[in-house]
Amino acid sequence: MGGRVTTPETIARRPAAGPRPGSGRGAAPRRAFTGRRALTILAFLAPAAVFVGIFTYYPLLTGAQMAFRDWNLSNFTDASWVGLDNFRTVLHDPVLPGVLRNTVIWVVGSLVPQFVIGFAIALWLRRHFRFRGLYQALIFYPWAVSGFLIGILFRWMFNGEFGVVNDLLEKVGLIDSPVPWLAQPSTAMVAVLIANIWYGVTFFAIMILAALQSVPDEILEAAALDGAGRTRTLLQIVVPYIRITLTVTVLLRVIWIFNFPDIIYGMTGGGPADKTHIVTTWLIQVTQRGDYGVAAAIGLMVLVVLLMFSVFYLLALRERGVKR
Amino acid sequence: MIFRETVPARVTRVAFLGLWLVITLFPLYWITVTSLKAPGDIFSQPLTYWPTALTLENYAGLFAQSDFGVFVANSLLVSLVGATVATLISLLSGYVLARFEFRSKGVLLAAFFVTQMVPSFIALGPLYLMMTKLGLVDSRLGLILVYIGICIPFCTVMLRGFFANVPDALEEAAMIDGCSRLGALFRVIVPVMMPGIIASFIFNFVNCWNELFLSVTLINSTENQTIPTAINGFISSFNVEWGPMAAAAVLTVVPTMLLFAVASRWIVQGLTAGAVKG
Repeated sequence: MGGRVTTPETIARRPAAGPRPGSGRGAAPRRAFTGRRALTILAFLAPAAVFVGIFTYYPLLTGAQMAFRDWNLSNFTDASWVGLDNFRTVLHDPVLPGVLRNTVIWVVGSLVPQFVIGFAIALWLRRHFRFRGLYQALIFYPWAVSGFLIGILFRWMFNGEFGVVNDLLEKVGLIDSPVPWLAQPSTAMVAVLIANIWYGVTFFAIMILAALQSVPDEILEAAALDGAGRTRTLLQIVVPYIRITLTVTVLLRVIWIFNFPDIIYGMTGGGPADKTHIVTTWLIQVTQRGDYGVAAAIGLMVLVVLLMFSVFYLLALRERGVKR
Repeated sequence: MIFRETVPARVTRVAFLGLWLVITLFPLYWITVTSLKAPGDIFSQPLTYWPTALTLENYAGLFAQSDFGVFVANSLLVSLVGATVATLISLLSGYVLARFEFRSKGVLLAAFFVTQMVPSFIALGPLYLMMTKLGLVDSRLGLILVYIGICIPFCTVMLRGFFANVPDALEEAAMIDGCSRLGALFRVIVPVMMPGIIASFIFNFVNCWNELFLSVTLINSTENQTIPTAINGFISSFNVEWGPMAAAAVLTVVPTMLLFAVASRWIVQGLTAGAVKG
């Protein structure tokens, strides 16, 4: 990887208050917001603010208020206010319990294997070897592919009749006859999870590797001098040292996996019998059938849940950071 | 690493890393092989893993049955323009966020962070209405503008991370020599930061190239479709034609894969610097 990588460890080592190194003319952290300096800040931020404001925030906020209006395909222009009706519709939808259960399975079932495999790969990649750069570039490629297309690739591989997964499993002798992976409710979730685990391992591997490389060798040497073994050094020195990266990475991933319908959309579209519907694929379905008000209500609930999750998570992180 | 590696540990490491490489590369290999098989061979048992009769029939079929050339051109146009403009704008905003301390900075960063958290489907309906009013529905320009808007937040945070690694003495010297701040930025900082800027651009390009749900919503006519929208059309039709589909998948993946391979090192740096700090 080379070069300087800023990880939370390097940030954490900086003094908490006062100017950060490299923070320009911010010798006094809070200067008056006047004059030339203010003008520069405004001028430099204006284009970004205009684009994000018009094309992201305006539709988002308009969409958010639609959660409280009767807005659908047949009632597109003058939607009347209906209070919390849309939220009631969501909460009373018979699909909801299954969707919530699937979402939890989706997030936890993707995250844990991604983390474990990613951590192992990062540890093994720490030792330098020939072609390590090439290796990293190769295992990196799934990121260049959209989740939707990954879904299609795996949909083809898990095809019940001509799929390569069945063929390989039969060759190894694990199954006797082809399994209709994506057509039967009991196996569809397993298949989409495998696809997502495959897709997400690299992210963890790379973030964790960057963090591992930020652990100074002196600390490891000191641990070795004190007679700490390999496992102990890892668990009691390395892991605590990179804890902040680990927690932030997990936070980002939870939000991201939660909001990531693409693979499922490309692979099963939520079927069979809603068995792979997570909140966001359900949201797509509701949007596509034209219930925009209800869709907005679902979207708002997702946002609230994720925001609460982030706040609790970051608070817990800060608390532990102070004790360090 | 200060620990000596034992022989069993070494064997485990090499075996595991090798296995993971195979697992990672296999889907790509399989779709490529599928795309090169004759249409009849795709659905014949037993499956051939190393086909002897390779043919470009599926590719020819893809271009004959659909306007795939047009889709490629549209995707290229939208992604190139969108990524370029988004990178330029984010260069300015990322610079300010890295170099200045001001009161609303935290709010701004939070506002950018929230855009990553909201399911974009809330915005689809209102966005469609707004674009209709602006006369930008079913237009590549409209799509480009929206893409710029969605690329900026993450790109800004990523570039901010890169700016933090460039000493500010550089542009201060240039400004003492009479450069304006903008001049100093583009003449002194940008050349030093080129790897980071290229990585950000590629990241934006790949995001635009792969984007599906917005383009499905905003584009109606075939002549304005991008590749993902077209592929979505292929799977929505009742029977998926896997031959041409595999060809389309390969053609979609190859350009972005090459870009990522070229810049993977810098993208990794940008993500670890930017994403975690954000």
